[in-house]
Amino acid sequence: MSIIKNKFIFLTIAALLVVASIVIVAVKGLNIGIEFTGGSVVEVSYDERPDTETINQALASYDFRPSVQAFGEEGYIIRTRELSEADRGVLLAALNIDEQAPQVERLNTVGPSIGKEVRSKAFLAIALVVVAIILYIAFVFRKVSPGIEEDAEKIPSSWKYGFIAILALLHDIAIPIGVFALFQIEISSLFVVGLLSILGLSVNDTIVVFDRIRENLTTNKEEKTKESFAATVGRALRQTMARSINTSLTLLIVLGALLAVGPVAIQELALVLLIGTFVGTYSSIFIASPLLVLWNKGEKA
Amino acid sequence: MEDMKQIYIRIISLLILAGAVALGWFVLAQPEAKPFSLGLDLSGGTHLEYEAQLEGIPAEDHRSSMVALRDVIERRVNLFGVAEPNVQTETARLGQEERVFRLIVELPGVTDVEEAVAMIGETPLLEFKAQNPELSEEEFQTALNQQTQALLLDNIKASNPELADSIVSQQDEAVSEPFISTPLTGAYLDGAQMQLTQPTPGQMAGQPYIVLNFDREGGKLFEEITAANVGKIIAIYLDGAPISTPVVQQKITGGEATITGSFTLDEARQLEGRLNAGALPVPIALEPATQSIGPSLGAESVEAGIYAGIIGFIIVAAFLILYYRIPGIIAVVALVVYTVVMLSLFKFIPVTLTAAGIAGFVISLGMAVDANILIFERAKEELAKGATIYDAMRIGFSRAWLSIRDGNISSIMSAAIIFMLSSSLIKGFALTFGIGVIVSMVTAITMTRWFLLSIAGKKSPQWLRTLFTSGLNK
Repeated sequence: MSIIKNKFIFLTIAALLVVASIVIVAVKGLNIGIEFTGGSVVEVSYDERPDTETINQALASYDFRPSVQAFGEEGYIIRTRELSEADRGVLLAALNIDEQAPQVERLNTVGPSIGKEVRSKAFLAIALVVVAIILYIAFVFRKVSPGIEEDAEKIPSSWKYGFIAILALLHDIAIPIGVFALFQIEISSLFVVGLLSILGLSVNDTIVVFDRIRENLTTNKEEKTKESFAATVGRALRQTMARSINTSLTLLIVLGALLAVGPVAIQELALVLLIGTFVGTYSSIFIASPLLVLWNKGEKA
Repeated sequence: MEDMKQIYIRIISLLILAGAVALGWFVLAQPEAKPFSLGLDLSGGTHLEYEAQLEGIPAEDHRSSMVALRDVIERRVNLFGVAEPNVQTETARLGQEERVFRLIVELPGVTDVEEAVAMIGETPLLEFKAQNPELSEEEFQTALNQQTQALLLDNIKASNPELADSIVSQQDEAVSEPFISTPLTGAYLDGAQMQLTQPTPGQMAGQPYIVLNFDREGGKLFEEITAANVGKIIAIYLDGAPISTPVVQQKITGGEATITGSFTLDEARQLEGRLNAGALPVPIALEPATQSIGPSLGAESVEAGIYAGIIGFIIVAAFLILYYRIPGIIAVVALVVYTVVMLSLFKFIPVTLTAAGIAGFVISLGMAVDANILIFERAKEELAKGATIYDAMRIGFSRAWLSIRDGNISSIMSAAIIFMLSSSLIKGFALTFGIGVIVSMVTAITMTRWFLLSIAGKKSPQWLRTLFTSGLNK
């Protein structure tokens, strides 16, 4: 295993994936759900489902700006502009097709001001969590910061651990967003829940590897072993490899089960988490640790 | 000494196990005893948001107005017999200065938004109206009849629009208002109580009536109005519709009035409730943030979620046991206990379970598994160095503890920040995730340690060592 030696290959791959995600989001845009933009969603089901064209025609004479999507085996999800109470009645009446009244499974209306608020709250929460994590990691790794004395150039300051954990985190968040943009999957509040979970998992993963580096540095000092920082990091990666793989494997199993047979309502959440867990494990091994070595070297020069 | 210590550990481990089995039996195996509180997305129901219009109310009274508002709405909702409604207030900031005061009403089981909105009503208003003095007694009777018919018609319209249409054609005379407003409103009402008449001769036994108590000012107003309307009707309106039309027998002083009428016990009780609920302290407007979820969608979600959970758990358990052998078995036991404790907490706190909340729980479960894996991998390293099984488990735990602690604290911190800042859906996630991580530190992780130490012997023959290591190692 020579992850540290081949660090440029892995970092290039990661950088390419992140850039690709950004490009996809820029080109295709995100399919943002009504929770953030305002509007209404109606989910209906029929005993005998009419085809999409029929539904579209039935709604064509109104100004609801509908987008109709077949859902499950007998249902439709219809997204419209924000509906008033009166509009809802008109819409549901229009959906009576061939004397067949649909069953309303879900009806959700969000005004634009609430959408804006939900959006800003989500951003604020993510931003504050990021700051808190940098501070916390810098704090718990403070003991391995170089002292004033001899080691000054050999190991990175604890702030770097925090910042690199966040870099890995941004990578972990960028890729699921890119995938959702690529396939134009709707982004709802549950997607934000997914991103927040990735935040937690990814940091946890990175901390485990960093913690091993910290421990190795401490034992080296105690035993007065001479080892380059790159070698110490490489050793920590080897030591935590089995754990990293097994942990993400168990999570992937559970999430895979949720995606395959779980509730339709949380499938997109399971998908975000699945992608996030995978890239989160990848990033703590192939991105965070090599970056730590690289940044440390950069400082020496 | 060491031996004694291990005996204590064994006793404690057994007690923990017995406790978990008891908890599982008493809390989870009797579902009817105390059901889980399911969120609207899982149980079906309606979520409504109202914006309170606090213009004209001094800022320092905003909070108390909102509390009063919540109480009134809560009383109203309770009148309709919805199981476990949830009424709460929320303050949101839009930009720097602007603040929005919101009232959130969640009605489980009510899946018709229109019905729910009607239940809560826009601004309910209690008014006392006097007979219109411009009308002669005869004209008044006609107007009253017309009003009664119009009300009847509204009721029919709600249930059978076609029938109502055919009736409308028969009624096209101009309608004059039988009653005019007086200054007396629900704002002056202190309270209302339903009482039953004493069975006296000439009176029906146990007839219910309502006693109204006005405050001082209201009492004065009531006195003036009754003095001016002896022998006439004072109509009590709720939300613009007359709910009671008593005839004034004499001028009433003392700020107390009774409403007699031919109501049934239930009707009288409902009236009492509605009068006590009274008028809202501040007007509210339905915000365009409503959501209703059909019951079948919720039930399907729960079923599919449980199914996925069981499949996931079985595969993970199989993996842990096959790969980690004896420690794997212990981890599975610890995780089952952890799950039992979490589910019991969900029932007893109680935590309202939503799809997002369950996701938070699953993630915390994942982190508990991770903590166990960390411990086993470290213990394995110690075994490889030649430590006894007991020492390997002990040292493995203490080495792994630092990363478990750091990872968990950063998770708890994130959960707390998210909980404080986000909207209710995401709050549910943060809550179960946060509780999950904290509980896993005291159950899953600590328990694995106790169990491992209690079964690890001082002697470690090779075959036993093999059962304590993992993967492809000997």
